[in-house]
Amino acid sequence: MDANWIAIAASVLLQSSPLIIAVCGETLSERAGVVNLSLDGSLLLSALAGFVAAYFSSSLLLGFLAAAGVGALMALIVAFGSLALRQSQVAVGFVLTLLGDSLSAFLGQNFTRLPGPWVQRLPIPLLKDIPVLGPIFFNQDLVVYFSLVLVAVTTWWIFHTRPGLELRSAGERPEAAFARGVAVRRLRYWYAVLGGALVGIAGAAYSLDVKIGWAEGHTRGLGWIALAIVIFGGWSPLRGALGVLLFVATRSVISVVLQRSLGESSVVILNALPWLLMLGVLVVVGGRFSEQVLSRLPAALQRPFRGLLRAAPPAALGAELKEG
Amino acid sequence: MRVELEKISKSFGPVQANRAISLAFEPGLIYGLLGENGAGKSTLMKILSGYQPADSGRILLDGAPQRFRSPLDALAAGVGMLYQDPLDLPPFTVLENYLLGRRGGLAIPRRRAAGELRELGARYGFEVHPHERIEDLSLGERQQLELLRLLSGGARLLILDEPTTGISAAQKELLFNSLRSLARDEGKTLILVSHKLDEVQELCNRAYVLRKGELAGEAELPCPNKRLVGLMFGQLPSRPARPRPEAGPPRLELRGAAVRSPRLRTQPTDLQVGAGEVLGLAGLEGSGQELLLRACAGLLPLAAGELYLSGVPQRRLDYLTARQLGVHYLAAGRLEEGLVSGMTLSEHMALVNPNGLFVDRAASKAQAAERIRQYQVVARPRSRVEELSGGNQQRFLFGLLPPDAQLILAEHPTRGLDLRSSDWIWGQLDERRKQGAAIVFLSAELDEILERSDRIAVFFAGRLSRVLPAGETSVDELGHLIGGGA
Ligand SMILES: Nc1ncnc2c1ncn2[C@@H]1O[C@H](COP(=O)(O)OP(=O)(O)OP(=O)(O)O)[C@@H](O)[C@H]1O
Ligand SMILES: [Mg+2]
Repeated sequence: MDANWIAIAASVLLQSSPLIIAVCGETLSERAGVVNLSLDGSLLLSALAGFVAAYFSSSLLLGFLAAAGVGALMALIVAFGSLALRQSQVAVGFVLTLLGDSLSAFLGQNFTRLPGPWVQRLPIPLLKDIPVLGPIFFNQDLVVYFSLVLVAVTTWWIFHTRPGLELRSAGERPEAAFARGVAVRRLRYWYAVLGGALVGIAGAAYSLDVKIGWAEGHTRGLGWIALAIVIFGGWSPLRGALGVLLFVATRSVISVVLQRSLGESSVVILNALPWLLMLGVLVVVGGRFSEQVLSRLPAALQRPFRGLLRAAPPAALGAELKEG
Repeated sequence: MRVELEKISKSFGPVQANRAISLAFEPGLIYGLLGENGAGKSTLMKILSGYQPADSGRILLDGAPQRFRSPLDALAAGVGMLYQDPLDLPPFTVLENYLLGRRGGLAIPRRRAAGELRELGARYGFEVHPHERIEDLSLGERQQLELLRLLSGGARLLILDEPTTGISAAQKELLFNSLRSLARDEGKTLILVSHKLDEVQELCNRAYVLRKGELAGEAELPCPNKRLVGLMFGQLPSRPARPRPEAGPPRLELRGAAVRSPRLRTQPTDLQVGAGEVLGLAGLEGSGQELLLRACAGLLPLAAGELYLSGVPQRRLDYLTARQLGVHYLAAGRLEEGLVSGMTLSEHMALVNPNGLFVDRAASKAQAAERIRQYQVVARPRSRVEELSGGNQQRFLFGLLPPDAQLILAEHPTRGLDLRSSDWIWGQLDERRKQGAAIVFLSAELDEILERSDRIAVFFAGRLSRVLPAGETSVDELGHLIGGGA
């Protein structure tokens, strides 16, 4: 492969990692039945918190911890609002988004465009020398490695472990989960907060790694993208991560390759292309077309493929929890 | 295990669902719990199974008082309950559904658990496919799985809340045989909540009857049905003989009509129903009768053939057009398709009378109150539909039928209803029939089909196999026919 393409692939992976982390976090939360709509505000606020903490302490670890704390707190407010105060998750999340956006602009005034610490590259010996794969996957930094491991771990956790079963049941049919002894309320709190902490880490991954520094509206819009990709990914971390890669890759390829030939003016239109591509994939995957293709397959193959394509949201997503 | 309930009381707001009820259950016996709709049967059983707490009163197992904080607590103490709707997880596989709530390590031992589950199924005579999805199974199969789960969880008292609504006669036979052997061979105590007196007489040793939240009496079984009915309702509801009138001009006609679903494709079917006629569709669940009924309502497209409403051919009939043409469809899944969970009765009235942009709250409240009175629903206009007992949901759903219906298509119109309510529903349908509506219904109760229809259409494996006048057949013959007999 062309060295140029390898560089692009490595950069796509780096650019994708914060979104992948956020998507995994939100997927966990939504699987438990809590939709945390504050993502966009959370990312901004935690990006700022991460930057400021790391800036003053010169410790990246403290930066990420502060960001995780901020993200977890935002999620806790959404969960508390819905589970204890019985408010709509969507409403609380939406208000928090607006709040996070304005608050980060206000609090971040004195921190714009300051030089801060950033995450160093950490090539993995031996593995980094594998042709093609080495430079793409193993010549990265800890944030990228973390995002990849996170996808594997959350996918395994959700679909192949006993706690994962409980997690999904709380989002699908809380009454049934309760009847089987699942502590639905506690579980929803935990996963919402865990998901929020991951979103916070994603925020810091921007300000300390992928888009180093802080400026007003630093990550604006990316939270909505993550929310959309959770749906696109059918509430599976693996599919979500692929969605992120598809999204970031089309955007990079477009800007790198096409911009050269077409010039600046077309950028705006081209930015919409990843979305169109995603819509296209959704229609093809979820629509009648795939059902027709599927029905031609031998019966033994239909089930696994259908399982792969089937992407219904957790049935009790965002629903109020009734007292048993 | 000896189970005692002591002075159990429970209210929901102003409704006192249970009033100081005391009952005792001995090991090795099968008990029937009877009572009209809203008598408080499900409420009492949910308390016994730990799903909800009582306001006051005690539960004693072998003399020891218990405090159940969840159904799992209750199951650990040996009390398991099969709910009116199986409390399972539709998108899960059978195996995952079985494993949820069982203790064990972090990873799921799929292979071992699948073997365990198959073995368990074999022991109780159920066929189990661990990797199928719950949502692809029939109601009967889902109940069997719940039963297996409870048994493997160590249940010694099994409560079954209307387990035979919605399952076929064959599945019922299977279920009853397992229940009998559970009581006889394993000494388990069983409680069967049911409206079907014949079933209770056939299966149970003793019956308790609830009325308006109180214990009305008990009886050793078998005993005359009359006695049970007397305990349930106070007096015997009388049932006028139904005249069988001549059918009028055709309201519905199918010519070579076929419908397709992912699981089944029906054979081309010819069928005619006239004004004032009642046609009963008989067949095992999933034999194609539901598909045709839904196609007539415009809910499914015809894969082939033609459909005529009052003599007018309908190409690509959709549900809204069908409604405008006076076709009305009563779904079996009340909360899934018929009623909107979370909405109050008044809001439902506003939904069916969309007059302009704004909801006229006062008017829809008045209409709801009117329907509640007319259809004897135990509720208030601002009750949410999911708070109603099953029978009351059905009554209210019926109240939403507009008065000008030409063709009424009903799936299981009396599923889960007590005797008096079913009679009442059929009284209502009869009124509509006299006014010239044609009625097509399907039911899993052969008795109901025989008694209520003018003609019966029998379905087997996607094919309309026979159409017979109801007067010329019997339960035995029908049972034979729906099982594929010639
Ligand atoms: N969660 C609830 N909230 C409010 N009211 C309730 C609730 N559950 C039950 N009720 C009311 O309590 C009464 C008894 O209901 P229950 O479900 O126990 O009746 P049932 O005997 O099981 O009737 P059916 O035969 O129709 O199932 C009804 O009037 C019902 O409306
Ligand atoms: Mg009930």
